[in-house]
Amino acid sequence: MFRPLETGAPERAITLTVDGQAVQAREGDTLAIALLNAAIVPFRHTALSGAPRAPLCLMGVCFECLVEVDGRPNVQACMVPAREGMRVRLPRGARPMPASHPDGAPQR
Amino acid sequence: MTAAADVDTLVIGGGLVGLCVAYGLARAGQRVRVLDEGDVAFRAARGNFGLVWVQGKGRDRPDYARWTMASARQWPAFAAELAQRTGVDVALAQPGGLTLCLDDSELAERAAGLRRLRDDLGADYPFDVLDPAQVRALSPHVGPQVRGAIYCPLDGHVSPLRLLRALVQAFESLGGELCTDTRVDELIYRDNGFHVRCGPRWQAASRLVLAAGLGNQRLAPAVGLRAPVQPNRGQILVTERLQPFLRHPTMQVRQTEDGVVQIGDSMEDVGFDDRTSLAQLARIADRAVRCFPLLTDVNIVRTWGALRVMSPDGFPVYQASTQCPGAFVVTCHSGVTLAAQHASVLADWIIGGREPPHMAGFKAERFDVQAA
Repeated sequence: MFRPLETGAPERAITLTVDGQAVQAREGDTLAIALLNAAIVPFRHTALSGAPRAPLCLMGVCFECLVEVDGRPNVQACMVPAREGMRVRLPRGARPMPASHPDGAPQR
Repeated sequence: MTAAADVDTLVIGGGLVGLCVAYGLARAGQRVRVLDEGDVAFRAARGNFGLVWVQGKGRDRPDYARWTMASARQWPAFAAELAQRTGVDVALAQPGGLTLCLDDSELAERAAGLRRLRDDLGADYPFDVLDPAQVRALSPHVGPQVRGAIYCPLDGHVSPLRLLRALVQAFESLGGELCTDTRVDELIYRDNGFHVRCGPRWQAASRLVLAAGLGNQRLAPAVGLRAPVQPNRGQILVTERLQPFLRHPTMQVRQTEDGVVQIGDSMEDVGFDDRTSLAQLARIADRAVRCFPLLTDVNIVRTWGALRVMSPDGFPVYQASTQCPGAFVVTCHSGVTLAAQHASVLADWIIGGREPPHMAGFKAERFDVQAA
């Protein structure tokens, strides 16, 4: 559906990992574009209903493209450039916290 | 000004206070219509923090502590009743709440205040003063700057938006009528009835309840009542969803049933300005991070300001009009905590029941103190 602009600039391939798997990308693309080009869809499932989510706006507004980047949870993939060696994890559920309550009781 | 009364009671104000009273009246068999100004109103019911809170309430006025405790104790049955009528779970949890203190003098002051209140009440008033180790045993993620806390087992929280939703549904299921975008332009007492003009339309009823929050100040004099309320702004931040880490709500920080952390507790006298300010938001966030350092890197997804409805002494005004029998004013700052009482004891009084005990002190005459 989409084609990159023919800018004439030389393309350089980079490698990042997604959930431990190597993924090839082009330098200069955002992380969201890199993941979409690698056919990684959905990016995540919502914390409450588990509904699948993928990028919608690609311009920093919709917050649908959240992924974990180098240990930082819930980063907007459309707002960061893909970089060589980047470690990406697709989120599962709500943002993790260090430890749950010691008595193991649910919050409510 | 020619409208026949087709309902028993008109309630002005479709927030938590108005809907609780309206629901209580409808449940008792009354025909009730709620006139709600719409989204141009200040909407305290949509902006509040959602605590069902007992500790500290009623210092210097033990009747307010009694009234608050009665409501907190009634809340579980109230939540169950709403769930049964509507299927809406209002997410009530009352695991006990903490007031975290970042310096020793604040802790000592709060503890002394509660001991005085316990003496004034002459009754069981449960609270504990905790040292940092005891706080950590209850709430393991508090930070090293927390010097102690007050714990009260009666405290809890609820989803205020689900509560509002449940009240609307429960009220309407009983035949109640909620009219939104309906601002009251004129209010007249004549021939033992109340005549209300909204735009071009007049309507009438033999009973009238003013529950319009900050709007009560404008409306009350027309029916021989007074509601000297003023806005007080609170600002709130909410985070992205986090896995559960915080079981006991605190005065400033609570984690909702859906994982969101809500952070608040600022008080500003800034008139009818319900915007946010960076300085206050930064101060609120800073305090939250000192209380719970694990929030440092968490994303904030939304902030807002909302206006509390404050009387001069902070306590409610509940009053029946003697000039215009059948008119009542109901206004308070704790519309969530007091919801269970407003929907039952207060509604029964309005229908013609006995004045609730401890309520005599909540009339507006208490503000008539001669200036020295």
